[in-house]
Amino acid sequence: MAERMLMKGNEALAEAAIRAGCRFYAGYPITPQSEVPEYMSRRMPEVGGVFIQAESEVATVNMLYGAGGAGARVMTSSSSPGISLMQEGISYMAGAEVPGVFVNMMRGGPGLGDISPSQGDYFQATKGGGHGDYRLIVLAPGSIQEMVELMQDAFDLADKYRNPVMVVGDGMLGQMMEPVTMPPMRDLSTLPAKPWATTGAAGRKKNIINSLELDPYVLEKHVQSLKAKFDQMQATEQRHDTYLIDDAEIVVVAYGTVSRVARSAIDAVRGEGIKAGLFRPITLWPWPEVALARVVESGRVKAFLVAEMSTGQMIEDVRLTVSGRVPVHFYGRYAGVVPTPKELAGVIQNLQAQLK
Amino acid sequence: MVHDVIISGFGGQGVLSMGELLAYTAMHQGKNVTWLPAYGPEQRGGTSYCTVVISDEPVASPISSEPEAIIVLNRPSLERFESQVRAGGFIVYNSSLIDVSPTRKDVRVVAVPANAIADEIGATTVANMVMLGAFLEVLPVVSRDDVMKSLAQTISARHHNLLPLDEQALKRGAEVAQKVGKSS
Repeated sequence: MAERMLMKGNEALAEAAIRAGCRFYAGYPITPQSEVPEYMSRRMPEVGGVFIQAESEVATVNMLYGAGGAGARVMTSSSSPGISLMQEGISYMAGAEVPGVFVNMMRGGPGLGDISPSQGDYFQATKGGGHGDYRLIVLAPGSIQEMVELMQDAFDLADKYRNPVMVVGDGMLGQMMEPVTMPPMRDLSTLPAKPWATTGAAGRKKNIINSLELDPYVLEKHVQSLKAKFDQMQATEQRHDTYLIDDAEIVVVAYGTVSRVARSAIDAVRGEGIKAGLFRPITLWPWPEVALARVVESGRVKAFLVAEMSTGQMIEDVRLTVSGRVPVHFYGRYAGVVPTPKELAGVIQNLQAQLK
Repeated sequence: MVHDVIISGFGGQGVLSMGELLAYTAMHQGKNVTWLPAYGPEQRGGTSYCTVVISDEPVASPISSEPEAIIVLNRPSLERFESQVRAGGFIVYNSSLIDVSPTRKDVRVVAVPANAIADEIGATTVANMVMLGAFLEVLPVVSRDDVMKSLAQTISARHHNLLPLDEQALKRGAEVAQKVGKSS
């Protein structure tokens, strides 16, 4: 068994990306994720990869577009304002079917905001931050070990669907340290072939990577084929996790850092006999609606409590799935404030009192 | 069993590295751990702190609303965290730099003249290890021997000549805490 190492989230995800076969990283420093480019600047040359500190986030995403189009496993990382600047390029990559991995260590906003943990970019990540009819697979790890594993999946899913994939964390997941076990280094020769890539057309028909098509009937056919991919993602890629949910009457829905705080709060209120449990989306898109609907249909749940570090974004997806069958409550801290276990336990206790 | 501790002091007093050493050592004893630094527009001389959680089970929240213990190396840290300590918990404070006493009566208080002891040892920089030694005496989540093993693994070889000073610092801190234990 591989050694357990104590690693910061930002450094762990960078190493995990390299082990997943990432050999091209471009980025621009921004707190709270600057350890990622720092780590990559040292590590990429050791594995024969490319590290570029770009002049801006706009340049970064277009470097990914180019290198990803040439077939490399590419990634960048940033935090909220930087990810906003990349949205145009993400839309182009989705349109041109170029795989790439984006990591957003979310911080408080809007605007330049602050540098503390936040989940305020849920809408941007899941509802299309850029223009046009596209979707991103959005993965939300709850621990550093899970982040390491999801980085592997992020690159595989990006290649499988020829679509950008986003991994969302927050300042807390980026800055904290936990023990991690790294997967082995991926043998690059085992990665999927990319016959569509622009690798030089000698001896074959030329490949074109482009998102421009002025004939609406031709473009509609293209978008239809994109839609077929998104439908397939929805059918096959939904992921979630649960904690103490089998007998739960109050189900907290939370992802990432908040799901960790929620677990402590649930443990605390369970000690007082409150039947609380956790539903934790791992894919924010595709939204794990099948599993959540099953929880609703069990008939045991008397109330959902959506807890987010935002003013209420994921709650819209919860409400769509619950569809009025059970009350959906909300608790949010935002702008960089992280709820404490005690605080969240108090919210659950109040909700329990209302139910009686 | 879950232990959560907040370690706080001026930037430069080694509070983040003390927390890291504690987390690293506990990990090597097979525990689950988290180490969470306060990060922000920090500055040299400003207050810096980290939260360490050590657990047999997977760690749920890495942030702690009611820590079992605080290790505070300067007065702003004591003022900030004293009220948060869980009843029955511990306050280990650096009495060399903190000229007030904690007022809580429902926790165990250990005053450690960490800078004075470190100066006697001959290296002000081991004041954090004096504090850690005192803490581990009242809450033995890991042994001093294991801490020394971790330290030898994590610091670069060119600093290994300082290891005896660290060992002495841990031991002197433990002795202070032992005395407090007997008198209370």
